[in-house]
Amino acid sequence: MTTRLSARGVVRRFPGVLALGGVDLDAGPGEVVALVGENGAGKSTLLKCLAGLERPDGGSMTYEGGVWAPRSTAEAASGGVALVHQELCLAENLSAAENIGLGREPRRGWMPLVDRQALRERAAHALERVGATFGPDVKVERLAAGQRQLVEIAKGIDQDARVLILDEPTSSLTSKETARLFELVHQLRADDITVLYVSHRLTEILELADRAFVLRDGQNAGHLTRDELTREAMVRMMVGRDLAPPAARPEAGRASSAPVLELRELVTDAFPAAAVDLTVRPGELVGLAGLVGAGRTELLETVFGLRASVSGEVRVSGQPERFRGPRDAAAAGLALVPEDRKLQGLLLEEGVRVNTALATLDRRRRRGLVDGAAERAVAAAQVERLGVRTAGIEQVVQTLSGGNQQKVVVGRWLAAEPSILLMDEPTRGVDVGAREELYLLLERLAADGLAVLFASSDMEELLRLADRVVVLHDGQVTGTLDRSVATEEAVMELATGGSRGYGVTTT
Amino acid sequence: MTDSTGAREVQVDGSSRLAGWGKVLGIFGLLVAIVVTTGAMNPRFFGAENLENVLQRTALFGIIGIGAAFPIVTAGIDLSIGSVIALVATSLPLLLDAGVPAGAAVVAVLLLAAGLGVIHGLLITRMGLQPFVVTLCGLLVYRGVARYIVDDQTMGFGSDHDGLRSLATGRPFSIGALDVPAPALVLVAVAVLAAVFLGRSVWGRWMLALGRNATAARYAGVPVERVTILAYVICSLLAGVGGVLFALDVNSVQPASMGNFYELYAIAAAVLGGCSLRGGEGSILGVVLGAAVMRLLYNSIVLLGIPSQLEFAIVGGVLLLGAVADEVVRRLAEARRARERARARTERTT
Repeated sequence: MTTRLSARGVVRRFPGVLALGGVDLDAGPGEVVALVGENGAGKSTLLKCLAGLERPDGGSMTYEGGVWAPRSTAEAASGGVALVHQELCLAENLSAAENIGLGREPRRGWMPLVDRQALRERAAHALERVGATFGPDVKVERLAAGQRQLVEIAKGIDQDARVLILDEPTSSLTSKETARLFELVHQLRADDITVLYVSHRLTEILELADRAFVLRDGQNAGHLTRDELTREAMVRMMVGRDLAPPAARPEAGRASSAPVLELRELVTDAFPAAAVDLTVRPGELVGLAGLVGAGRTELLETVFGLRASVSGEVRVSGQPERFRGPRDAAAAGLALVPEDRKLQGLLLEEGVRVNTALATLDRRRRRGLVDGAAERAVAAAQVERLGVRTAGIEQVVQTLSGGNQQKVVVGRWLAAEPSILLMDEPTRGVDVGAREELYLLLERLAADGLAVLFASSDMEELLRLADRVVVLHDGQVTGTLDRSVATEEAVMELATGGSRGYGVTTT
Repeated sequence: MTDSTGAREVQVDGSSRLAGWGKVLGIFGLLVAIVVTTGAMNPRFFGAENLENVLQRTALFGIIGIGAAFPIVTAGIDLSIGSVIALVATSLPLLLDAGVPAGAAVVAVLLLAAGLGVIHGLLITRMGLQPFVVTLCGLLVYRGVARYIVDDQTMGFGSDHDGLRSLATGRPFSIGALDVPAPALVLVAVAVLAAVFLGRSVWGRWMLALGRNATAARYAGVPVERVTILAYVICSLLAGVGGVLFALDVNSVQPASMGNFYELYAIAAAVLGGCSLRGGEGSILGVVLGAAVMRLLYNSIVLLGIPSQLEFAIVGGVLLLGAVADEVVRRLAEARRARERARARTERTT
């Protein structure tokens, strides 16, 4: 197969960091080439070099047989290499057409006025090619995540992109939208377009990719052809070692103990028509499954007092509770590790110490003042316990990896010695290696009697961790699956609102 | 993976605490530079009378500057300080004229000021209004009310309240030839309390945390609303204290002009002293030094015979230089942080 885009020995240094230490990559026409690796492996930097956002410090790149050295995304895109960002970069206040033509608006003759008609037609054509069901005039703010992605891709199409780079394209899509995106990728391939595909979700890569390049620590860790492409092979290359298989957890005593958390006909403000019943016993890991928008986050936030419930009851160790806010919930022994740790979890500019102590400052106060010694001791203890890789408790958390940041948020709440731990997407944005550490930690905590209720979109995670999977659809519990019967198919069936063959076994 | 390298007590990159000290040192250097330059060019600078005057003004503006720092730490702002000063400064003589005992009158106007802070805080937290808008309205409303209640008349204390006035004009003790003005003692007391509150207390830590990331603070169980309200109460209360002292100091309160622009002086002192308008950062010592720098600049302009019309231009220029220097330092620190991160990463992989 011919090569359309290639990188040879690409080097990119940041102040003191070697992000890429001589990386090779090549991709031909009509090919879907996956790029996989842990966070910080250099995937994004390589893509940015190819798309003109970063300039390599060494090595060479070629495109269609010539030297490729774009100095900006605009230059790369006009040459035919378009990057679709992980976090969609659209102006929400503008229409789809205005976004598609942004920076390349057709003019009315010599005047500095936009030729709206031409813009609309161009956009409509591009949207049609990506299979969009909405017109060019709709404001982007009214589009769902998957539709916004189509706008981004249409933008690339509109620029006659021959190489389309998709960086974590499914991270905010529902499974339906993901399926549609896959169809589009197949179609683009048939149209002879080169697709560079980056994703943490290895299932997607197995489904889509013709070949995969694996990066580790800024180096090529391997190359897998379609025949060699397996999950195990990718993981082994990404982490550089084999992951230990999950150990079985003792079941002793769990089922018999009284529930520590009970939701009785709890109705959240997001789904006023759905009442949720759910129990979690000490030592139990209960997974909340469901599609994006099924109400998992809303349910956890309602239990934690972040949202007011419409009706129903939350019982902690049999006692009915009314939480007016997270403070009350924390005082009753609950903890919530939120979904978006940068937005909802961390003080990014502060150190590990300040972040770890935040939830327990007032419990350790002495005459209204922060107990500095206790604070340092707590931070050091959690760092030790969770294996946070940090140079010291004063290290600013912004500089930690995703997995270590997550451990800091978990440590903050473990310092409060909760009896119930709520977690929303426990390992989102966490490397494969650190992910396994978090799983082992949660299992250890459960073995020590902690009740864990976690929401996850990651099917492997649910099946790996949960003793029971509670599936939500439109805010309603559509079924509860015990570990022995929880399969990917069963969960998906219930998550999409079906219940065929999977009896509701509420406990 | 329980064998962690985490417990090593190595201080890598500048913790925010150290960065804060850097700012304070920077502003202190600026202060020393102004003192040395002005003193060298005009020896009258070191005269007891001049120093007492600078100290007096620094104390008054330092108090309201410390107040201004609290909303700023929460990533908010209070623009109503000057008008609160005007309202307090007109209400106090009004109450005294009505025969209210001095002590009760002072307590009453301070409660009034604190009450205004409560209103600001409630509007910002419960109604979700922007601090800028709420306190801009305060700026307009309190000025209007102050002028209305005394019918734009100039208010004073005459000679009946010399005891009370000594709070502002008194010189309780001397250091050599220098008679220390009473407000300087008030400033020291306020500054110590504020510094302990912000730097050591649980509520102060909460305030800094919510200034960094209010959402994360709420998720961590910080009573975000109450802490925010408290920040505005402290600000208005200290504006009230400032208002009482300013009024007693000048003994001639013109409702239309009393305290005009003082919120901007106060905010400038806070920013010069290292408070970031992005929130989450601030040092009380820095704010006091910032207020001192502002007053010293003004004093230099007078003593060095610089046209007084240039006052704002010079103060603005210094403030801008400070902001630019701060940004440059921040970028250097960030680059260093990136290097540390790289080193940590290579250590991990080897």
